[in-house]
Amino acid sequence: MSETSQQHRARAEWPLWEVFVRSRRGLSHTHVGSVHAPDAALALRNARDLYTRRSEGVSLWVVPADRITASSPDEKDPFFEPAADKAYRHPTFYEVPEGVRNL
Amino acid sequence: MSGTYETPGGTHETPGDPHGGRDRPGHRAALALGDDALVLAQRLGEWAGHAPELEEDVALANIALDLLGQARTLLSLVGDEDKLAYLREEREFRNVQLVEQPNGDFAQTIIRQLYFSVYQELLYGQLAGCRPEDATPVAALAAKAVKETAYHRDHAEQWTLRLGDGTEESHRRAQHAVDALWRYTGELFQPVEGLDVDWDNLRATWTTSVRSVLEQATLRVPEGPQSAVWAAGGGRQGVHTEPFGRLLAEMQHLHRSHPEASW
Repeated sequence: MSETSQQHRARAEWPLWEVFVRSRRGLSHTHVGSVHAPDAALALRNARDLYTRRSEGVSLWVVPADRITASSPDEKDPFFEPAADKAYRHPTFYEVPEGVRNL
Repeated sequence: MSGTYETPGGTHETPGDPHGGRDRPGHRAALALGDDALVLAQRLGEWAGHAPELEEDVALANIALDLLGQARTLLSLVGDEDKLAYLREEREFRNVQLVEQPNGDFAQTIIRQLYFSVYQELLYGQLAGCRPEDATPVAALAAKAVKETAYHRDHAEQWTLRLGDGTEESHRRAQHAVDALWRYTGELFQPVEGLDVDWDNLRATWTTSVRSVLEQATLRVPEGPQSAVWAAGGGRQGVHTEPFGRLLAEMQHLHRSHPEASW
C-alpha cells in the first residue's frame, strides 16, 4: 500500500535534535546524543525518555541539529594546531585549590 | 472461581480466592488498581518494536515499565505477585475494561492513554492527599507514582493535540478512537471498596480535563453514554470484554507451560 503524500510528508518531517543534559546544578550542559521529533516540545520529551530516566540530569536542552554550525574537518589544522605549542596559553602555572571539583 | 486446580507444576490455591484473606477492602483496592496497571502495561508492551518511530517505541515502553512497577507493588500487597499475574483466570481480574481494549492504531492507543492517565493521576492525587495518619499502603504507592502518572498524562495530551489537530487522516483516526473508547469511561468512576475517594468529584474533574484537551485538539466530545447498554457488569466485578482472553493467554502461557521458569 503506497503512502499518501500527506503521510509521506508527515514522516519525512521528523527532524533531528541534539540533546544537552546538565547533570547537576553548577555544571554546564553537556552534549549526550540526539533524538528525532516532530517539534521542540516532543523533542524535549523524547530526550527525557532516552537520556534522563535514571536521574542523569536536572535540566535538558534540545537544539535543532540543522541550526548548529560546525567547524570543518578540513580546517582542523588552521583551527586547532597552533594551540599545541604555546604553553603559556595553558592554565598550568598556578595550583588549583583543593576542593574545587569542576573547573 | 475459587478453590484448587491442577497445572503441570502441581496443585495450586486459586490466588484470587474470594473467601481467603484477600477479601479485605484494602486488598480489593490494591487488586483493582494493580490489575489496571498490569493489564495496561501488557498492552503498551505490545508496541515494543512496532511503534511508528523509534523514539515513540521507547516512550511507550517507559510508560509500560512505570505501570509494571506500580502493579508489582500493588499486587505484592495482596499476595505473590507472580501467582496473581500468571495464574488467575479471566474472571478474577479486577481491572477496568478500558485498559484491556486492544491497541488498535496509534490514535486508539493514545486516546486510551488519555482517558486512563487523566483518571489515574486524579485518583492517585486524591489518595496521596489523605492525612498521613490515615495513609494505607495503597495511598503510599499513589503518592510515589502520581508524578510518573502526570508524565503519562502529559505524553497522551501532547499526542492527542497533534493527532486531533494534525492531518485530515490523523484527525479522522483520533476522532474514531475518542468515540469508540468513550463507552468504557463510565466504569472509571465506579467506587472501589477500600479507597477513600470522592468519586463524584473525580468524575467532574476528569470530564473537565478530558473535554478541554479534546476541544483544544479540535476533536468532538462524544455525547453518547459512558457505558454500553448491554453491559452485564464491569471489569471491577470480573466481567471482561472478548479481547482480554487473548491478552491473558499471551501474558500467561509461558508461566503456565513452564511453571517457576526463570531467566
